[in-house]
Amino acid sequence: MGMMKDKVAIVGMGCTKFGELWDKSVDDLIAEATFEACEDAGVELKDIEAAWLGTVFSGHTALSLSSPLKLQYIPVTRVENMCATGTEALRAAAYAVAAGACNIALAVGVEKLKDTGWTGVQPSNVVGRTTMGTTGTELELSPPALFAQLAMRYFHQYDLSTEQGKTLLAEIAVKNHHNGSLNPKAHYQNELTIEQVLKAPIVAPPLGVLDCCGVSDGAAVAIVTRADMAKNFRDDPIYIKSLAISVGPSRDPISQDYDFAHVEENARASKLAYAEAGITDPLSELSMAEVHDCFTIHEMAVYEDLGWSKKGRAKDDIEAGTFTLKGELPVNTDGGLKCFGHPLGASGLRMQYEVYKQLQEKAGPRQVRNPRLGLTHNLGGAVWGGIACICITGNELNKR
Amino acid sequence: MVGITSFGVHIPAYRLGRDEISRAWGTRSIGGQRAVAKYDEDSLTMAVAATLGCLNRGQQPVDGLFFASTTSPYKEKQAATIMAAAADLPRETRTVDFTDSLRAATIAMNSALDAVKGGSAENIIVAASDCRMGAGKSKFEPLFGEGAVALAIGNANVIASIEGSHSVFSELLDMWRLEGNSFTQSWEERFIINEGYMNTMQRVISEIMEKHKITPKGLSKVVYYGPDTRSHTSLARRLGFNLQTQVQDPLFDSIGNTGTAALPMMVVAALDEAKAGDLILVANYGDGGDAFILKVTENIEKFRGNQKIKERLEKKIHINYEKYLNWRELVPLQELSRPESPTPSITCLWRESKSVLTLYGKKCKKCGTAQYPPQRVCIKCQTKDDFEDYKFSDKKGHIFTYTLDYLTPSRESPAVVGVVDFEGGGRMMCEVTECETSKIKIGMPVEMCFRKVGRKGGIHNYFWKAKPIS
Repeated sequence: MGMMKDKVAIVGMGCTKFGELWDKSVDDLIAEATFEACEDAGVELKDIEAAWLGTVFSGHTALSLSSPLKLQYIPVTRVENMCATGTEALRAAAYAVAAGACNIALAVGVEKLKDTGWTGVQPSNVVGRTTMGTTGTELELSPPALFAQLAMRYFHQYDLSTEQGKTLLAEIAVKNHHNGSLNPKAHYQNELTIEQVLKAPIVAPPLGVLDCCGVSDGAAVAIVTRADMAKNFRDDPIYIKSLAISVGPSRDPISQDYDFAHVEENARASKLAYAEAGITDPLSELSMAEVHDCFTIHEMAVYEDLGWSKKGRAKDDIEAGTFTLKGELPVNTDGGLKCFGHPLGASGLRMQYEVYKQLQEKAGPRQVRNPRLGLTHNLGGAVWGGIACICITGNELNKR
Repeated sequence: MVGITSFGVHIPAYRLGRDEISRAWGTRSIGGQRAVAKYDEDSLTMAVAATLGCLNRGQQPVDGLFFASTTSPYKEKQAATIMAAAADLPRETRTVDFTDSLRAATIAMNSALDAVKGGSAENIIVAASDCRMGAGKSKFEPLFGEGAVALAIGNANVIASIEGSHSVFSELLDMWRLEGNSFTQSWEERFIINEGYMNTMQRVISEIMEKHKITPKGLSKVVYYGPDTRSHTSLARRLGFNLQTQVQDPLFDSIGNTGTAALPMMVVAALDEAKAGDLILVANYGDGGDAFILKVTENIEKFRGNQKIKERLEKKIHINYEKYLNWRELVPLQELSRPESPTPSITCLWRESKSVLTLYGKKCKKCGTAQYPPQRVCIKCQTKDDFEDYKFSDKKGHIFTYTLDYLTPSRESPAVVGVVDFEGGGRMMCEVTECETSKIKIGMPVEMCFRKVGRKGGIHNYFWKAKPIS
């Protein structure tokens, strides 16, 4: 391990506004985010040597990327890893650069959910079953129902009454909406109150509708290059310290060993990531983090899975305000999935966009103090069998 | 000796009060209530439940499974094979569907009797089940009920021997259903009852009594089909049976007329109360009549420990008429705006039939971990292909975690879903059926039941769900 540390730098990023972008196509979103990234990096499209497209529903092959950008016969690949797809595209581009296969690579994440007429996604696909060749007998439950079962068991295991548990979850929603209210690119820019979250209609007990992230369109893009070349592009490049992924052994919850009160893949990916980045005390060493708050309960589990809170004690840190903008480790400073919605393929890179801006101290009213290291985290799939991706970046080279 | 060797009953948990139906239509109520199958039940799943009960109680292996119903899920395709797979019967089992006649159960019983007597079979289960529908405002809607019974006819451990049988046919269009018609039709009542039911039943019953030289007084119990309470009562008077002491309650007040299952259901109710030596007359109606003389044996005592129909009837959940309309798919529903789930592949269903229809998983021979669905590589020790088949459908379990899914694509919202940890190992996430939303909790004991999960792709798709152990 430690293979990726300080080998690759992000020198340009772009991110569209997220939301219900009725008047924009997938191609529009790809073009907007990519040209912002190119301009940010000071490169032209012809400088890109290889490209990766991350999308779950909004394109099938490399042509879905080469065509809108008119990429000229360079290697292009589409990657997909459910909700971790955006980070997967970044991982592929960064690995290619680290391997010496190219010097400048493009990672694009995009999703256009609002053209489908769907009000949400269905996890028959989420859990990674093939869409061809099914028996049709698989349980069809909605994503909130999947994460609600984590909440039920978490509350049970750690002796939280429904009211106590829901209030803690509401704190997370309120925090993320506060951050989102400071972000012009967020889909939802409104503040919420605890009472509003608690009184929201139930979608899958104990989760109410305001415990869930929205359904949005959006795209985000990163341009990566060799760390030793990064300063040729800009004075403030961001260096990749680690890129870790952990995939669980089963798409079905078949083992009684799993406690449904944490997500093992999250914990495993974070151990790999910290080791690669040389982090031993993440809570104090990380300056901020962008985590996968598809549902408030998952953000709560992530606090523990990633080693910031003690097992079963996320409560203490939520109540202490540890993860608020002014807390010890600000989490989801841009508003998170909660305010951006979750255009699956775009989310990982959208998170990276915020970390990038924070580390460059360009995050405006959301800016954290003295940023050094930032983390992004995604979970694709289910809590008992998922795909956890973590990327840690920093604004200094070879310090750690 | 050939006769009934075991029996099993399935009465759905739900009841629709006849006053409730009258409220909806502004009609006069005949009182009482009818049993209603949940939307995930049909004649086939109810018959599976009854068959499993019959198998559990029986002492003798089964070599035939006969399904009797006027509401088989398929017009072309046997139901008994699906049932045999769900009940995990050996491939050599003789499977037959007896359909189209209200008398199908006793026609099947006669065939089973002949097969066992003739020596080509030892023990055959006849599973009768029906979900007939009456149109709104019809007299059938409140009268009909849903349920299933399985009777095993065999030659060992007989609890009631079949001493004789007699049949007649009659051609009279009294009740029918045309292709594509959901509701039972009938002709003018006085004609069909007097000329059809009364005369035919009188004839078949008198003839079998004459043949066996039995007088009404010589019978401990008389069990016969009736289209409704009044006709049923009139027939007793006409034949000289004592309504109070001799005639089996047709269960119309408590569950309704369950079609092909009605007569065998009454037979089981009579056996629940019978003692060794009792002589029972059984007669069924539909396109003619079938009559039997049963003699109860000492083996009846072995069945005393089991739950009686009377006790089963005490557990019930009342539903309103709107729910009934929804469950019977009599109102169109708004579809959810979500990605469509894929159509089932019949090849996949065939390949995975053991895990889908019988809920077989695997148990690792190396580390002993039970797992569902079947795996090639053990979840615990990663050993490849070193498993034995392991059946989950008969295992009890408890709810490890759960939720209510208000965004479910299923017929009714919310869907109760839970993670079941099985006794002896293994875990499965599945729907929890027949569970009131306020009742589910972590640790709740559950058992598995065979249910209909969809009709996508133009097929009936069946799978297992958990339900609370009552």
